[in-house]
Amino acid sequence: MKRVYVNEEWCLGCHLCEYNCAYSNSGIKDMVKALKGKTITPRIHVEDGGKIHYAVSCRHCEDPLCIKGCISGALTKDENGVVTIDHDKCVGCLTCMLLCPYGCITTDENETVLKCELCIKNGGIPACVQGCPNRAIIFEEAEE
Amino acid sequence: MKREGEFRNPSGCAIAAVISKEGRRFSAEKIIESMIPMHDRSNGLGGGFAGYGIYPKYKDFFAFHLFFDDRHIKKDVEEYLKERYEIVLSEEIPTRKIPEITDEPIIWRYFLNPLKSVLRSAQLDEKEFTARVVMHINTKMNGAYVFSSGKNMGAFKAVGFPEDVGRFYMLDEYAGYSWTSHGRYPTNTPGWWGGSHPFGLLDYSVVHNGEISSYDANRRFIEMFGYKCTLQTDTEVMAYIADFLLRRKGLTPKEMAEVIAAPFWSTIEKKDEAEKARLTYFRTIYSSLLMTGPFSIVVGYTGGLMALNDRLKLRSMVAAEKDDMVYIASEETAIRVMTPEVDKIWSPAGGEPVIVNVKDGV
Amino acid sequence: MIMPINYILPEFEVERSDYRCIRCRVCERQCANGVHRYDADGDIMLSDEFQCVDCQRCVCLCPTHALKIRKNENELRENANWKQNTILEIYKQANTGGVLLSSMGNPEPFPVYWDKILINASQVTNPSIDPLREPMETRVFLGKKPHDIERDVNGNINTELPPQVELQIPVMFSAMSYGSISYNAHQSLATAAEALGICYNTGEGGLHEDFYQYGKNTIVQVASGRFGVYKDYLEAGAAIEIKMGQGAKPGIGGHLPGTKVGADVSKTRMIPEGSDAISPAPHHDIYSIEDLRQLVFSLKEATDYKKPVIVKVAAVHNIAAIASGIARSGADIIAIDGFRGGTGAAPTRIRDNVGIPIELALAAVDKRLRDEGIRQNVSLVVGGSVRSASDVIKAIALGADACYIATSALLALGCHLCRTCQSGKCNWGIATQDPELVKRLNPETGKERLVNLLTAWKHEIKEMMGLMGINSIEALRGNRLMLRGVGLNEKELEILGISHAGE
Repeated sequence: MKRVYVNEEWCLGCHLCEYNCAYSNSGIKDMVKALKGKTITPRIHVEDGGKIHYAVSCRHCEDPLCIKGCISGALTKDENGVVTIDHDKCVGCLTCMLLCPYGCITTDENETVLKCELCIKNGGIPACVQGCPNRAIIFEEAEE
Repeated sequence: MKREGEFRNPSGCAIAAVISKEGRRFSAEKIIESMIPMHDRSNGLGGGFAGYGIYPKYKDFFAFHLFFDDRHIKKDVEEYLKERYEIVLSEEIPTRKIPEITDEPIIWRYFLNPLKSVLRSAQLDEKEFTARVVMHINTKMNGAYVFSSGKNMGAFKAVGFPEDVGRFYMLDEYAGYSWTSHGRYPTNTPGWWGGSHPFGLLDYSVVHNGEISSYDANRRFIEMFGYKCTLQTDTEVMAYIADFLLRRKGLTPKEMAEVIAAPFWSTIEKKDEAEKARLTYFRTIYSSLLMTGPFSIVVGYTGGLMALNDRLKLRSMVAAEKDDMVYIASEETAIRVMTPEVDKIWSPAGGEPVIVNVKDGV
Repeated sequence: MIMPINYILPEFEVERSDYRCIRCRVCERQCANGVHRYDADGDIMLSDEFQCVDCQRCVCLCPTHALKIRKNENELRENANWKQNTILEIYKQANTGGVLLSSMGNPEPFPVYWDKILINASQVTNPSIDPLREPMETRVFLGKKPHDIERDVNGNINTELPPQVELQIPVMFSAMSYGSISYNAHQSLATAAEALGICYNTGEGGLHEDFYQYGKNTIVQVASGRFGVYKDYLEAGAAIEIKMGQGAKPGIGGHLPGTKVGADVSKTRMIPEGSDAISPAPHHDIYSIEDLRQLVFSLKEATDYKKPVIVKVAAVHNIAAIASGIARSGADIIAIDGFRGGTGAAPTRIRDNVGIPIELALAAVDKRLRDEGIRQNVSLVVGGSVRSASDVIKAIALGADACYIATSALLALGCHLCRTCQSGKCNWGIATQDPELVKRLNPETGKERLVNLLTAWKHEIKEMMGLMGINSIEALRGNRLMLRGVGLNEKELEILGISHAGE
């Protein structure tokens, strides 16, 4: 299965991936309209530590703790191994957020949980990967 | 309008050649006839022939054929020659008056023996010396033009259709073991006698059909070595390249073909190591002599000839054998005129030379 | 010194569409010059336009295309003699007392002869050749070509050649030192050269140990500072280039400021960390042509006569005579760099006023070497603003064996020709040693873009060869009949050795 990987060597800390993620998941066709004046809640975020930058998003773990802890059955793994969230089922208990060892789960103003679903609902190739100016974020088959 | 030689002048054309492998001598009658069915490949602005073995009586002397515009320049040239050669014979080249050929210049031939003392002081062998004399006359002596300078061979050319040119020069009365011929279709000239083919230097003669796109690359290379291309025709540059490679660099005709119609790199890579090294060597050192663009040529030399197409075979050329005779022509029809029956007829592949050498030399 | 009034206004204006700006602050994070700044109180992006060099990094990365960098439209009173820039340069010098510095090639409106030369095509008398149907050969060998053929007793030819550089297309990446450009830029050039079957050039900064593996696609340079030169270095490359001069700054040396000499550069150049790397104006062991001959042969001796030696010179007034001297010095290849060639830093006055156009230099040199019958002694490589496949075709037809490109290669890597390499703050990660900026050039992307560029050029070169009826690049070399000039005077045509269009 293809995953999003980040190569710290090439991550510039420009944070474009966050905006591309938020835009892609907004369902709105124009980026300005989608993001202007809003506080974005991207499913990927860049950790900046001085000269080191690293974008982090859901690892789609083999045995995800978030799914184990989900009290409503909103989090599931699809046939391709992508951990997805059903917003209709999510009750906003945020247990998953506490359990995620990577800090990859966030929430928005509706207080249901947001997480990276590899843009499977947005056309296939993750927006963070497509928009990365330095190929720091790549979408590849997992190395066994 | 500019005179020929002052501008680049590409031509389309017809060529033919015939050679006896046994070295039997025969008249030019057949090859003259062979040009008739290819009439439309020429436009009446140039035709010519080269015959080998035609001057057995004078075979040890350089046979110079010259065009003169007037008697003054003829006198100057003769003065110039006298200082360098013993003039064994000086005569008008016999011609037949026919209505198809007009406006002829003064056409003269000389059989020349270089003065030993002059050769010694020039520190040159007689061929190199003679080549330089030809270059000098053709570039420095305005109104005179040496169009043949080999031994026991001669070129004959004029403005007109080739079959008429053959009759004009009475070539049916000469006998040679090898003949080449040419009908010219120049694209932008009123036609000049000197611009017709064959073109030659010493005993190398070239008849050529095509237009080489590499012309200026080839010309500028060969001019580094003392040749002066005054006519701006492909044929002239080819004749000089033949002289340069065959005489001065000692290449064989086959090796010359490997230079001017070099195999593609992709072909070379498939050869064995030794052959690869040899072909790569030629392509590296003589890369500026590679000829691209369409051509079919016949290079005549003492004792043989080589016919060659460009490596993409962008011009037609057919070869045939009958008994000891080998025929080459732009079209099969020309060969069938010379010999209705053939033992073998084929269309040589691009870049693959047909080399015919006369038995035991001549 | 306190300057109460700054006479120099910002050269550029940042035009930000407030409608489009989503305050993502990418511009702020990406500008090494500190032009953009977010003000949280007003929720607004501010610009310090004094710092802007118009490198276009922010423009390219802005996700909503909210940015444009425009020339500052403020105008001094028009004066045909005292142009605005002339006046501003006076102000700058009055401010600082310094030599004006700039980078990349001469931007002044001198004639570009490439643009006044047109290419021929086959019509009727000779067929054009379709590169999709027929082989179209672009391979060239650079090096000395022997005059005479030797045969053994059996008549077999001795096929041993003097050392040659084999190129799959007649284009190489020209010298740019590690130091003047980044590690990642070098890696991009080296890996692309390997993929393309051509060479890149180390420049005068030595060869980083990581790049010895690309040796057969590397030309190692020996310049007046001799940085990084030792036996292994000389033996690492496909050829050795002696740099006598550079088109952007003929007659002067170079200066890599100590700030750019970090640990890696220091090790590669073999000089102390943080020390200025000064390349003297001349080679102090070459004060004349006979001295050059000694260096050529010293380098040949050091490498067992296995490497061709290139002598690179700037195109200057008597270039033909200089080239003739070099062709007789034992050098195998002459590289000539025209006055529009680029640089990482040069005094502006020199960059803009010294040297001659490469087109004229090339034509003059090729003719001179042929007139002297020594064109076979050397191959000719030309650079100094070869911008496209058609420039390459024209250069070859004028007589070059191959072209050097550098600015074109940098553009492929993202350079936007802001001409401020000397600042060391290249926002594109090319002309910088700042690790934060260097990482902006991912060498994998860099390699791909360079390979793409030259693959595109190769296609175009083949198309143009085909339409001329030429199927091997050698048949184009020096084939000046394929060229015609437009709008050139008699003298220019005479020097170029071409006819005017219509002739």
